[in-house]
Amino acid sequence: MPKLKSLDDLKRVREEAQQSLKTRLDTGTTIIVGMGTCGIAAGARDTMHAILTELAARNIDAHVTTVGCIGQCVKEPLVDIEQAGQPRITYGNVKPEMVSRLIEEHLINNRPIEEWVVGRLESNVASTNVAPTV
Amino acid sequence: MLELALHVLDILRNAVEAGATQVALTIIEDEPANRLTLTITDNGRGMDDETIRRALNPFYTTRRTRHVGLGLPLLAAAAETAGGGLMIRSRPGEGTTVETTFGLDHPDRQPLGDMAATLLAFLLAEAAPDLRYTHRVLRTGFPADNPVFAQEREFAFNTAAIRAELEGLPLNHPVVARWLAEYLAEGERELKEVEHNEPGAVEGAGV
Repeated sequence: MPKLKSLDDLKRVREEAQQSLKTRLDTGTTIIVGMGTCGIAAGARDTMHAILTELAARNIDAHVTTVGCIGQCVKEPLVDIEQAGQPRITYGNVKPEMVSRLIEEHLINNRPIEEWVVGRLESNVASTNVAPTV
Repeated sequence: MLELALHVLDILRNAVEAGATQVALTIIEDEPANRLTLTITDNGRGMDDETIRRALNPFYTTRRTRHVGLGLPLLAAAAETAGGGLMIRSRPGEGTTVETTFGLDHPDRQPLGDMAATLLAFLLAEAAPDLRYTHRVLRTGFPADNPVFAQEREFAFNTAAIRAELEGLPLNHPVVARWLAEYLAEGERELKEVEHNEPGAVEGAGV
């Protein structure tokens, strides 16, 4: 039964995670997936799953988190990538099959994919140069 | 939405938006009673009678980012299409319970779908409440009135226990999230394997 297995596993998971804590804080990356009704209906759950699978396959440490609707429902699934010292970038209509390229270009090559970008957030102030077309 | 697990994720998200710190999700697939029940209970801010009444209207929402609220109406429609229904119990300050029933073998019932992926998406939410999860599967005996081959299986966990073990590490830590994904997928997979084991069990018993 997985439950019995889990408690032993969790100690190992915790130790492994604590060891990687310092590295992770130095290179902090957070990927945020919109998971409101609109996001879910547009396939955000599968997009999130594809992101986790891709990160694991490439051995990239990044936090993945889900949030509610931010009001740009037509662009769902929305995926934000936030990296220390860089603007938070929002990608729109991110399908699972786009995830591999997204991770490679943005996280590995450090080149945001401009044609997929629907918004930027710099220093907590929303930029107006990329107005969403709704 | 084409699977019930997606509706469940949506209703679980309501609990997050309602400021809940504890959520219980119970799924019972009851073959003898031919009924599937999904119950979601939270300790969020709750709703008064007027809000409950309006919650099933798709053109009502408490949100300010948009003017429609489709989660509960879509789930209610999915339940009614499959010979069941949706019931909301709630009181301001005490939380909300949404109970949905479906005819288990109703031809128009949506499949339960990928519950493991739904649970993961919920648990990785910002400020995810603690979740007590129970997924119980009751299988009919063979023949139906013979209890010998009737089976009951359950996959259950409580994130409070998981969090205690993690000593402050967040659930969305990369290492923890990878473990969670495997744990949830394995738990759900074992429930489904009941079906595949059934013919072997019958054959082995020489019926």
